[in-house]
Amino acid sequence: MTAHEIAAQVRRQRLLYRTLTGVLAHLALSGVAVLFIVPFAWLIVTSLKPLNQVFTDPLVWLPDPVMWSNYQEALTSPAFPFMRLLGNTVIYAVASTAGTIVSAVVVSYAFARLEFRGRDLLFGITLATMMLPGIVTLIPTYLLFRWLGWIGTYLPLIVPLWFGSAFNIFLLRQFMMTIPVDLTDAARIDGASDFTILWAIMVPLIKPALLVVGLFQFMASWNDFFGPLIYLDEASEYPLVLGLYAFRTRFGVQWHLIMAASLVVTFPIIALFFAAQRYFIEGVTMSGLKGS
Amino acid sequence: MASITPADQPPVARRAPRLSKQLRRDLQAYLFLAPWLFSLLAFTAYPMIASFYFSLTKYSILNPPRWIGVDNFVTMFTNDPLYWKAVANTAYYTFVSVPLSIVVALGLALLLNQRARGIGIYRTIYYLPSLMPVVASTLLWLVLLDPRLGLVNIGLQAIGLPKLGWLSSADWSKPGIILMSLWTGTGSAMLIFLAGLKDVPSSLLEAAMIDGANGWQRLRHVTIPLLTPTIFFNLIMSIIASFQVFGPAYVAGDGGARQAGPLNSLLMYMLLIYRNAFRFFEMGYASALALVMFIVLVALTLAVVRSSDSWVHYEVGRR
Repeated sequence: MTAHEIAAQVRRQRLLYRTLTGVLAHLALSGVAVLFIVPFAWLIVTSLKPLNQVFTDPLVWLPDPVMWSNYQEALTSPAFPFMRLLGNTVIYAVASTAGTIVSAVVVSYAFARLEFRGRDLLFGITLATMMLPGIVTLIPTYLLFRWLGWIGTYLPLIVPLWFGSAFNIFLLRQFMMTIPVDLTDAARIDGASDFTILWAIMVPLIKPALLVVGLFQFMASWNDFFGPLIYLDEASEYPLVLGLYAFRTRFGVQWHLIMAASLVVTFPIIALFFAAQRYFIEGVTMSGLKGS
Repeated sequence: MASITPADQPPVARRAPRLSKQLRRDLQAYLFLAPWLFSLLAFTAYPMIASFYFSLTKYSILNPPRWIGVDNFVTMFTNDPLYWKAVANTAYYTFVSVPLSIVVALGLALLLNQRARGIGIYRTIYYLPSLMPVVASTLLWLVLLDPRLGLVNIGLQAIGLPKLGWLSSADWSKPGIILMSLWTGTGSAMLIFLAGLKDVPSSLLEAAMIDGANGWQRLRHVTIPLLTPTIFFNLIMSIIASFQVFGPAYVAGDGGARQAGPLNSLLMYMLLIYRNAFRFFEMGYASALALVMFIVLVALTLAVVRSSDSWVHYEVGRR
């Protein structure tokens, strides 16, 4: 064999090896993917079945007939006042997201750019509250809002978020620290106030981080179950997830309709994820920054 | 007064602005910080202090709190059988689901750390269940885990295993919600692990490969040691989350109306607090329950932090 032939053989072997490991990788990846997809698929399939095909032996894999009308039935059921629930959820999610962003921007700017006495101590306290389990503040906070007469409204769920949350302050502060000081100093020399600097220079530069903070708060509020459960009492005030729970309590066995409603409640978040996937993944990854 | 010359001492008129400059800076900064300071006082400091006080009172919401000393704690430890049930359930859930979720999340991250086409699609698929609202995912799993005709049991039967009672059996209800939590709750940890894996320098792995280390040895002796800070972070986060698990237990356990799951097997600690606070309106007793959980959680976290010296490696040059 000439050197040329040997080289060719090595190349072939390497190619074979790479193809083989590639195939194995895909086999493993897709095998696991099936485990994750099947429950989802079952949600969709069940939501399109007539009731008598939900629990059968042998299983019905594909509904016959396909009951698109399940969606209509679920969304127009008086037990699941969809438009009302949706409106409540959107108000909750938008108001809490706006508050989270505004307060985190303002507070994190002070930590990132202003020099004042007590900064390190206050920042230390902020970091410490990040690890604080919510459970220890739950009951006095509830009693505080009850004293204010806010039970049965969204105020306890929204108002605190307008005053800042430790993790978002931390996240935006880290982000602002990466913006060159020269940029803000130049504006300061030109006589810009801190509010102007924050609004006109900082905010446009940290937009990706704001999007991450906003997305996660929106999702957290949309999916929030515990908060609405303890603070709201009238069904007409419920957000979607609580409405979904109440729907199930009243129609315990109508699984086809419950699955249709579940999918509708989940869908906007999944759509949002696909629209902003990069920011979602960055956001989760950034939350890991705390650890390293 | 007249003896002080301008040379000895700067005139008052020039000193005042210097002083007030620092003061002005402070004031301006605290203006920016005002919302957060208010939040720290009203939504963190006050509730923490108040919960100590309430835990020492009998406080049935309609009447003002009445001081009863440590009675709540005595009742809890000696006279509330549901307390120990909830402790046992929560401990079971935590000690099974935390290690499992770490292993699963790490396994998924390792799978996703391969060079393969379309890896982004797999990442999306693995992460997707984490987006579902807990009510929706729990309702879905009630269908999947139906003891008679659920997909999971039919699958078990198809491969020759016995059907399990899942959420309608006292023995299998916790494994049921743990299985569910592996599907819904590992996405974030997985992504954090994946980011950690991207930080493992390939030069070290190549060096190990040249030294003849096989795949398992490289994982065991290079990748995992470098990943210990991430494992440490995910471990603490998932301990805190699993102690406070509520949604799945509430939805699957029928809202804790009578029993939380068969024989109260889904009565998690948070559910016990919820019942006492918002069903029975025993705010004093509920505060005491919350305080004990808080103390245990802090102690456990500190123990993990303390232990980290011996197993978490911070490499030079890493963040």
